[in-house]
This record gives sequence, C-alpha cells and structure tokens, in this order.
Amino acid sequence: MNLAWILLFLPLAVAVANQLALKKTGLAPTLSVASALVTFVIAVLLLGENETSHFAWATVGEFSINIGIKLDQLSTGMMIVVTGVGLLVHIFSLAYMKDDAAKARYFTGLSLFMFSMTGIVLADNFIMTFIFWELVGLSSYLLIGHWYEKDTAANAAKKAFLCNRVGDFGFMVGILMLWGITGHLAFDHMQAGLELFQKANPAICGGVLSAAVLCIFCGAVGKSAQLPLHVWLPDAMEGPTPVSALIHAATMVAAGVYMLFRLQLTLGFANFEGLQASQVIAWTGGITSLVAALMATQQDDIKRVLAYSTLSQLGYMVMAVGLNSGEAAMFHLFTHAWFKALLFLGAGAIIYACHHEQDIWKMGGLLKKMPITGITFGIGTAALIAVPYVTSGFYSKEEILSAAYNHDKILFGIAVFVAFLTTFYMTRAFVVTFLGKTRSDQADHAHEVGPLMWLPLIILAGMAIGSAWITGPLCAIDPRTHAQEHAHGHFVILGLSITALVLGLISGFVLYTGKNQDPLSIPLLKNRFYIDGFYDNFIVRYFQDAFASLVAFFDELFIDGLMVGGLSRSAESVGNIFRRVQSGSLQGYAFFFGLGVILVIYFTAF
Amino acid sequence: MATLNDYLLVSGLLFAMGLAGVVLRRNIIIVFMCLELMLSAANLSLVAFSRFNPAPNGLPDTNGQMLVFFVVTVAAAEVAVGLAIIVALYRARQTIHTDELTSLKG
Repeated sequence: MNLAWILLFLPLAVAVANQLALKKTGLAPTLSVASALVTFVIAVLLLGENETSHFAWATVGEFSINIGIKLDQLSTGMMIVVTGVGLLVHIFSLAYMKDDAAKARYFTGLSLFMFSMTGIVLADNFIMTFIFWELVGLSSYLLIGHWYEKDTAANAAKKAFLCNRVGDFGFMVGILMLWGITGHLAFDHMQAGLELFQKANPAICGGVLSAAVLCIFCGAVGKSAQLPLHVWLPDAMEGPTPVSALIHAATMVAAGVYMLFRLQLTLGFANFEGLQASQVIAWTGGITSLVAALMATQQDDIKRVLAYSTLSQLGYMVMAVGLNSGEAAMFHLFTHAWFKALLFLGAGAIIYACHHEQDIWKMGGLLKKMPITGITFGIGTAALIAVPYVTSGFYSKEEILSAAYNHDKILFGIAVFVAFLTTFYMTRAFVVTFLGKTRSDQADHAHEVGPLMWLPLIILAGMAIGSAWITGPLCAIDPRTHAQEHAHGHFVILGLSITALVLGLISGFVLYTGKNQDPLSIPLLKNRFYIDGFYDNFIVRYFQDAFASLVAFFDELFIDGLMVGGLSRSAESVGNIFRRVQSGSLQGYAFFFGLGVILVIYFTAF
Repeated sequence: MATLNDYLLVSGLLFAMGLAGVVLRRNIIIVFMCLELMLSAANLSLVAFSRFNPAPNGLPDTNGQMLVFFVVTVAAAEVAVGLAIIVALYRARQTIHTDELTSLKG
C-alpha cells in the first residue's frame, strides 16, 4: 500500500522541486522523466492488487472528507495506461522540447498532470475525484497555454478551462445529489446506501438517481469533450504535440469515461441499467462520435484531424458506458490510449521534421523521408481503423459494436457509419501526408527524427498491435462473459465492420491519391457545423456579454460607487470640514483655547 | 480697607486684558507680554486668597504664597525661552507679525 502512496505523491514532489529549486539548473526534465519511470514501475508492481486505504483530510463533526487510495483491477489497469503513455511521452518530450526556452516549466506541468491524473484514477471517493478532476483541468490549462505568447494558445487554454468548468459545475451538483441519496461519498459504501434509499423511497428513487447520474455525466461531457462542450478539444491542439498525445488523447479526456465506468461499478450494473440517464448518455456518445467523425473528414491540420478522431472515439466509449457495457468502453479506452498516443506522437515527429508545418496539404511523400515515423503512423492508423485480427483497435471496436448491436440497433447503425468515416478520414490523412510527392519546401527538407523520438513510436506501435492481448486485468472487471454476447450477431457485426473498413479504404484512396488539393469541399463540415461560430457570436455575445455588462454595472454602481468610493468620499468630506479648524492663525487657536478653558470651568464649577 | 472682592476684581480685569491682548494683538511680543499679564493676574488672586484665608495661628496661608513663587520662577524661565524662540523666529522669517505666520494652515 505504501507503494501506492508513493505512486500518488512522487510526481507532486517532483513538480514542486522543479518549480521551486530546479528551474534554472536544467535538471528538471531529467527528474520528471525519472519520476515517470519510477511511477510506471510501481504501477506494474501494483497491477491486480485489491486494497483500499485512506486518511481523513478534513473532519467536521461526524462527517469527514477522506483522501484515499482504492486499488482494484480497474484502477491498477488504468494506471498502466497513465504511467505507460506518460513515460513514453516524457521521453518523446525530451527531444521535442529540446530547444524550448521554458523546458523546466513544461516538465513541471507534465509532472503536475501525472500527479492529478493518478489522483483521479486511484481516488476512493467522489470528493477526491473532484479535487483531482479540477487539478487535471488546471494542468491541462497550463500545458495548452505553454506557448502563451501566442494569442491562439492563450485563448485555447482559456476556452478549455471554461468549457471544463461548465461541466464541472454539473459534476459537483451530481456528487452532492449522490451523497444526499446514498449518504456516502466513498465508492465502497455507495451501493449499500443506494439500496437503503431504494427501500425507503421506491417511487422516486429512479428519477432522483437519474438526475444525479446526469449531473455527474456533465462532468464527463466537459472533460471527455462530448457534444455540446466538445469545442475546447480541437483548440487544445495549440499546446505542444506531446501534451496533445498524453492529455488530450490518451489519459485526461479518457478520465470522463473512466469516471462514468467507476460510477457504473459503484452503483451496480443492475441499478444503472434501467435509468433514463443511461439512454441520454448513450445517445450523447453516439451523436458525438458521428458529428466529430464528419468534422474530421474536412480538416487540413493534421493535429485537428486526430483531435476530431479522438472526439469520435471518446463518443464510442461514452456510448458503450451508456449502453451499460462499461467494460467494452474501458477496453476501447485502453487500446485507444496507445494507438492514439502513437498517432499524436507521430504527428509530433512530422511537425518537428517539417519545422512546425501542420497543414497536411503542405506535406506529402514523407514515407520515403521518414520511414520509421511513416510506418509506425501507418500501424497507428491501422489500429484506429480497426484492421481485422491483427490490430488491438479491431477487438475493442468489435466489443463496442456488439454492445450497440445488442442494445440499440439505431446506435449500432451510427457506430458502423462512424467506423466507415473513421477509415475514410484516416486514409485521407495518411495518403495526403505520406504518399504522393512533396508539396512544400519544409516537407522537402524533412528527415527522420532522432532515436529519443522514434523509440517511443516503436514501443507504442508494438502496443497498438499487441495491447488487445495483454488487457487481461482490465477486461476482467466485469464477471459477465464476452463470449456469450459475441455469439449473438457476431457475423453480422464482423461483416458490417469489415465492409465499412473496405469502403472507407477504397473511397479514401480513390479520392485522395495523387491530389494536390482537397477534391471535396463541404463548408458545413469544414466549419465544424458552425458550432464554434454559434458559441462565439450567440452565446458569448448575448449571454456572456450581457451578463458581464450587468455585473459591471452592479460593480461600478454598488461596489465602486457606494461601498469603496462612498467610504472614501465620506472620509474625505469629514476631513474637509475639520481642516477648517486648522486655520494657521495663532490668535484663533488662542481664542478657542480660552473658550475651551471657560467651558471647562463652567462645566466643573456649575 | 480693601476687601477680597476688590483684589479679585482687579485680578479678573488684569486677566481679561491679558486674554484680549493675546487674542487681538498681532505683534507677537505684545502677545507675549499679555501672557505675562495673565500670569500676574493669577498671582494676584493667589496672594489675595492667601492673605484673606489665614491659618489657625493667625499667619497668612503659606500654600498660596509658595505657589506664587513657583509661578514667578517658571514665568522667568518661560520668558527666557519664549524670547529666544521669538528671536529665532524673526531670524528665520523676518517677521514677528502673527498674520504672516500661517504655515500650519491645513
């Protein structure tokens, strides 16, 4: 158990040391990488442990808020993802951020993120989850805004933080509701509390619980960037690419899914199944996956393509949780983390080699110039589009498709169509970036990146293929057997998903091979369904600005005018009255002095 | 034979003259002299009380006379310091007119 506490607090200690002492020395990156390595080793050692321990953090009367660690198959498995991808991203960053002036700040941010993410994964109660939930938001803000001199980066950081706050407000309300219903905050006691509540109030239990779950889902909508709060994730690509790989593809955005599944386990599958809320969750996920995949087909920035693809895959996972198949979601989360980190780091290597060119139409022909990056990126693409039997993505996507098939045929249709779109846009990105001839000087001068960069790529490529076979600890969370579900409709699912794959590949290759510009132009998709524009021009202008001017009016009139200004003005006017007494005339003083003496005599004598 | 009231009347007149001089006159030396006048008024009333309030053995009350001696010595010291201040003031400002000494005006 002590190991787990080290696992939690080591990254924090490193972040503090980096920030306070090592900023100037150049040791910060090394220390962060070492801490990532140690946490990975600890995570491997802890795999499969089953224990909890906690201490009281704040106690009020009988009630106390605990900081605790809950080790079970879910959390230890998730820690492998967090620390594993984290370690590789740390190593990749050593090379990627080599020439950055603020390396120490960057690595401090990474360590802070590792601490916060570990806290979410290991938390044994909802309050602790919430605290670390906010901390990941903060570290994500710091890392997106790493290049804060750029307006776009600063704005993206702000946008991410605000979107997350909107969701987190619901999350907080949901936690309090759940606490009210069950009387507990710790995961271990919630189910018992829920059953008591169910016995006492059978009539309202379902509705109240649904509302609580939906509020908690708000948190996941913010953090996992589901519709309608998805807008921050593509913008978050302004941050350094390794950060996008770690935070905005593999771990933090998956925290929403993880937390939903933790909720599902905590309440019990049976209690979760009948809720209205689960329908809402499933449809939110499904629609997000569809909309994001559509948007991805028309993006030109390689990181944005990947960002929308992440959105779409997160939509898959959320949908699976909503369909009461959290284990499928976690399986997909696990495999997705590796191959999406691979794709992002590959994109990072390309961007690094092309001197920070991100437009895929200015690349081309990179496979010959950067063979290792090209091949590993290809493997990542294959995993994402779920090439049958050889890639990990295939198995996890099958799980989700079969969950959808068994619960809701419409969602299944959406999921299959998304699979086709995924294949299409990834083929497009791969063909345009790596095949054909080079279309710009930057791409002409590109050459293979150094070993610190390609080594993580190769390891991740291995995981992109192999992670499906070493996920034993993660998929065994739910005792229900997958084989049974697979048997029903297995061939329909397999056939449809392979059809989607082949169609996507063919259309991608036919449309984009040898092209110098996009043959398709769909403004609606290119402009992301105008959702960002709608937020900027409508929500921001009519709600935020109106509210802001109201607040400003109140502030100026009451706070400034009456409270602060009023106090100072009254002090000034009283002072003005009394300064007349200080006339400077000697005789005046003498006169008042005499008057005073006379008054004193009068009052004492008579 | 003058009564206590006569002495007190003269003392009060002296004090009123002194106070009027302090309040009305502009020359600081005159103000200073008027201050001395007020002290003398106080001395006069003390001596008068002492004379008209004899102790049981028939002698005048020595307390009042002691107080007068103190007042006279302190006044002498005060004159020395006060005149020195006026001389210093004149050297600094080239004036001893109170209307022109207004740097304490708020």
